[in-house]
Amino acid sequence: MRKFTQHTGIVAPLDRANVDTDMIIPKQFLKSIKRAGFGPNLFDELRYLDEGQPDQDCSGRPLNPDFVLNQPRYAGASVLLARKNFGCGSSREHAPWALDDYGFRAIIAPSFADIFYNNCFKNGLLPIVLSEAQVDQLFQEVEAAEGYQLTVDLERQVVVTPSGEAFAFEVDGFRKHCLLEGLDDIGLTLQHADAIKAYEARRRQEAPWLFDAIHN
Amino acid sequence: MAGKTLYDKLWDAHLVRENEDGSALIYIDRQILHEVTSPQAFEGLRLAGRKPWRIDANLATPDHNVPTTARAGGVDEIADPVSRIQVKTLDANCDDFGIVEFKMNDARQGIVHVVGPEQGMTLPGSTVVCGDSHTSTHGAFGALAHGIGTSEVEHVLATQCLIAKKMKNMLVRVDGELGPGVTAKDVVLHIIGVIGTAGGTGCAIEFGGSAIRSISMEGRMTICNMAIEAGARVGLVAVDDKTIEYFKDRPFSPKGEQWERAVEAWKELVSDEDAQFDHVVEICAEDIKPQVTWGTSPEMVVPVDATVPNPEREADPVKAEGIRRALQYMGLSADQKITDIRLDRVFIGSCTNSRIEDLRAAAEVVKGRKVAPTLKQALVVPGSGLVKAQAEQEGLDKIFIEAGLEWREPGCSMCLAMNPDKLGQGEHCASTSNRNFEGRQGFGGRTHLVSPAMAAAAAIAGHFVDVREMMNQ
Ligand code: SF4
Repeated sequence: MRKFTQHTGIVAPLDRANVDTDMIIPKQFLKSIKRAGFGPNLFDELRYLDEGQPDQDCSGRPLNPDFVLNQPRYAGASVLLARKNFGCGSSREHAPWALDDYGFRAIIAPSFADIFYNNCFKNGLLPIVLSEAQVDQLFQEVEAAEGYQLTVDLERQVVVTPSGEAFAFEVDGFRKHCLLEGLDDIGLTLQHADAIKAYEARRRQEAPWLFDAIHN
Repeated sequence: MAGKTLYDKLWDAHLVRENEDGSALIYIDRQILHEVTSPQAFEGLRLAGRKPWRIDANLATPDHNVPTTARAGGVDEIADPVSRIQVKTLDANCDDFGIVEFKMNDARQGIVHVVGPEQGMTLPGSTVVCGDSHTSTHGAFGALAHGIGTSEVEHVLATQCLIAKKMKNMLVRVDGELGPGVTAKDVVLHIIGVIGTAGGTGCAIEFGGSAIRSISMEGRMTICNMAIEAGARVGLVAVDDKTIEYFKDRPFSPKGEQWERAVEAWKELVSDEDAQFDHVVEICAEDIKPQVTWGTSPEMVVPVDATVPNPEREADPVKAEGIRRALQYMGLSADQKITDIRLDRVFIGSCTNSRIEDLRAAAEVVKGRKVAPTLKQALVVPGSGLVKAQAEQEGLDKIFIEAGLEWREPGCSMCLAMNPDKLGQGEHCASTSNRNFEGRQGFGGRTHLVSPAMAAAAAIAGHFVDVREMMNQ
């Protein structure tokens, strides 16, 4: 997995609560059997005026000029500022894949839906929870200054504004460690193969019906 | 020491090891796979040269992309080439790795969350995961079940474990008696209306109280199905006699002496009397009326006899803006009566409401009546091949067809419109599914979530009506 240590980038403000994963990447793009290439269809229904199709060249499609990512001042944004309950709905990991493919590295919101939050970490994308008041303040600052950038420092667990103000955020130790080192979860878990086998041996005694039951 | 909640018991029984920072490795007994969220996981396994840890813990079936019209031609005749590749990829992956799959034309194929319990794959006291957020459905049986992302699907395939963090305990207690015409779907929509779509975030919600106990297993599935719509990855209902009865003689249920032992173990799967919950919400069953969503989030829900909210009367500016935006998308005006919403299509199906009891409830309403001529389409899509066969044995298919509804092959269908069943732009649909997000049922489509009986009543009237009035006629 790609490491995340520190990142500085342009902030795009998405001023809307309860952004669901259907909105982040509509279902027709879930038919892909690949992990990459979802970026052009990120927020497809908000971003374009027509209905997007999988495997289509998006460069000639009519853009919705009102959508934040289509405004020239936010071109090249890599930090997404969002409202509460971001990423609710379907568990599709295509949502973080699309955000990542577009170029986002961090998302800041007052709260995230659980599955989405979890999926971000598996893809080197950092979801950051700040308070409603802090998020409000950032929305105002982004609005006021073109080219507004934030620095996200995972090691120190802070988001730093251009004026040098720093907002601390929480992240659990294991996830932080994996992101900083770019570690693969499966490899880490397999280091505990003996513990898994010991558990299975015990469980086979207690609940044998949970084993060897699914077969043709 | 305080007693344990059902969730605590399930968690403890599956703990493989705890890390210093509070995250843990929990053991997964069952994984269900479908075509949309598994291809990248299988590819990941291959790239890393890994094998599944336990083949016999997995079951697969294609559901999201399959056509619901006649499909004797098999996978090769799925019209959309991208859908076809996805279903074929699942078939090939399951064949390669030796995973049991109910393929598209297998009589047991269906929606993952209908098929798992139906087969006795899901069992009380087990952990169940699937790359699909509505895996919460299986919690109805006292199983710890939740949706996961594709990286986690791969992780479970490779290690039989998941890295997890313990959730908080929330109890939603519904006491009292549900009125006639008020169903499990109305109960859960009402709950979401009360606690909001983020009300259960970070929690495992146990649904308890006398009203929940009086609801059938299928109804409990409907309720747990939508726990995720209240923000909770996990929904749970304690095991009782109904739960145990449900698993008798299912294909993958324990048999003989193991059945006796399992039943003994399952009886422990209730929260202790003195268990402590982090949050408790109490709801009075008598307050619940048939529900209809008017907006673009499941919490935008009101009783059928109410009106669409007016943003001018909402004090919170963020909420008022949300209402305005939803009204615009839905093409509704503030203070409009719910019963004045005209419908273009009706969809009875999805993992929320496509089981036999749902179909019976809908059939009872449409029996001897005709679908409104103003309707473009009314679809009934059974949740699995076995549900379909059962319904046909009971003659429900004939009742639907006679009334002017279409009777289809099993799958997710218009719940998320990955197959050809879709809403057109601006069309209003009474749907028994679980999500009314923008574009969910088709680009520009407008979804109203309701119970099967309410959807059936709406199909007859061409607009929403209180099904309780129809029941008296
Ligand atoms: S029926 Fe709908 S919600 Fe259920 S699994 Fe299929 S797409 Fe998901």
